[in-house]
Amino acid sequence: MAEPMGFYTDTTVCIGCKACEVACKEWNQLPATAGGANTMSGDSYDNTRRLDGIHWRHVKFIEQFPESRQDGRWLLMSDVCKHCVQAACLEVCPTGAIIRTEFDTVVIQSNTCNGCRDCIAACPFGVIDMNPVSGTAQKCTLCYDRLQNGLEPACSKACPTDSIQFGTISELRARAQKRVDQLHQTGENRAYLYGADEKMLGGLNSFYLLVDRPEVYGLPPEPKMPSRNLVPGSVYTVLGAIMVGLAGLFSFRDRTSSLGTGPGPEVRP
Amino acid sequence: MIDAPSSTWFTTNPHWQWYIVLYFFIGGLAGGCYFLAALIDHLGRVEDRPLARLGYYVAFPAVLLSGLLLTLDLSRPLRFWHMLIERNTFEPMFKAWSPMSIGSWALLAFGLFSFISFMGALAEEDRLRWPAFRRLQWPAFRTTRPPAVTGLIVAVLGGLAGLFVAGYTGVLLAVTNRPIWSDTPLLGMLFIVSAASTSTALLMLLAQRYGWRALPGVAALQRMDGLVLALELLVLAAVVVSLGSALRGWLNAWGALLLFGVIIPGLIVPLVLSWRQRRFTEASIATMAALVLIGGFLLRVVVIFSSETI
Repeated sequence: MAEPMGFYTDTTVCIGCKACEVACKEWNQLPATAGGANTMSGDSYDNTRRLDGIHWRHVKFIEQFPESRQDGRWLLMSDVCKHCVQAACLEVCPTGAIIRTEFDTVVIQSNTCNGCRDCIAACPFGVIDMNPVSGTAQKCTLCYDRLQNGLEPACSKACPTDSIQFGTISELRARAQKRVDQLHQTGENRAYLYGADEKMLGGLNSFYLLVDRPEVYGLPPEPKMPSRNLVPGSVYTVLGAIMVGLAGLFSFRDRTSSLGTGPGPEVRP
Repeated sequence: MIDAPSSTWFTTNPHWQWYIVLYFFIGGLAGGCYFLAALIDHLGRVEDRPLARLGYYVAFPAVLLSGLLLTLDLSRPLRFWHMLIERNTFEPMFKAWSPMSIGSWALLAFGLFSFISFMGALAEEDRLRWPAFRRLQWPAFRTTRPPAVTGLIVAVLGGLAGLFVAGYTGVLLAVTNRPIWSDTPLLGMLFIVSAASTSTALLMLLAQRYGWRALPGVAALQRMDGLVLALELLVLAAVVVSLGSALRGWLNAWGALLLFGVIIPGLIVPLVLSWRQRRFTEASIATMAALVLIGGFLLRVVVIFSSETI
């Protein structure tokens, strides 16, 4: 397997130009609108609104302004699939459509997906959704086709400020840590890395430098694997089955006489 | 989002709607009715055999309908077989840790058992008299009914598969990252108990419709419905407690529907009716059964849509 590859996104240098969104749509031939419907957010410059089956990149505009408007800031963040090392979508996919590639990225094979949508419910980041054109679940592939041909993903290639950086995970982590240290030295002590270590789902192959709490950016503070509920959920269900069985035994307890061999009385439904 | 009660609030809904609600309800009835029929086959009296057959007559069409609903819910229905066969290698597709994968196989296995028992029930009543049936030796399905050993085995395995189908759906919801569904591990337990209560109610309702009120098995079903309804109320209370801060997802119209559409009319009123059944007429038994069925359906509506709308 090639060395794990991914994205490091430094949100402090994102200018919200959306070049990444455009490059992604162009390269992956994603429609600009959903079946001709162009839904505007109405209260923000962010009209992409969310990641889904036709928006694999989404520049979030987080506007932090008080009522007085005397102070404030824009937080801008180009969001994308996290290509988790422990991927919830891959774990639950019942068709085997979701695979891990030789670059340690996570890809949905559109020719195999049957649109059961279990992966949408499983993704802790709300990244995946249906593509109405293909009728399958879709998300960022980290430009798997470009990677296979030695090219950089379209979004990071187009990013004019290097907010989105592409490379090997080990190299990106070192670079990101240097940037955090630099920001701390300049007084921006809120800077930290989200998902850069193994504690979060084994590590996110697309991780972020943030300067506010994760939830401010619409990121879950504690993303978890769906399988955390598999054993307890199954045990409780078996317990429920036992209770139902006991209720049945108790209810039929005084009629334990054996069944006859005949077809029974001539009553028919 | 900043004040979200749980990390599950940051996820996207999978658009599981009416097909899934109907599947959860009808699949629960299929599994529950088969389980009850198997129970009656093993513990009932000889005069209860029509009641057992009734369970099998419900289970097979219900499981067929379940498969149809699940297929229709897929965005690419013609690829339904990808659940069972890996599309690229054509090898069996099975993931023991994915409830949807196990559930697909369980539904297939349960479909097979319910078909055998359905045919067995028809054969027992000598309803396979058409020449075509005779030529294909289908009346031989009579051996798949107890007290034949094969019949006992089929009923036990099918009953277990039925319980699995009735309960795994709750585990499937829990093994996601969606609000409410994955905020409690108890939905499987709730669904399996609810499947038992709705199936008992359906068999009671049908038995009454066919004038079988005097069968000893019907009285046992009434006793059982009272027990599982009490159990369901307790499990639902445990679900509410286990949700913790995620209970916020039910502090709205869905919570009101849960209280006024499920808990009071679908659980408490039928429980009271079942405890005082001797004072009530046949009509009130039918009312009780209908309330349990409607409550069981609305329970699934609340569970699915309360999360879907977050």
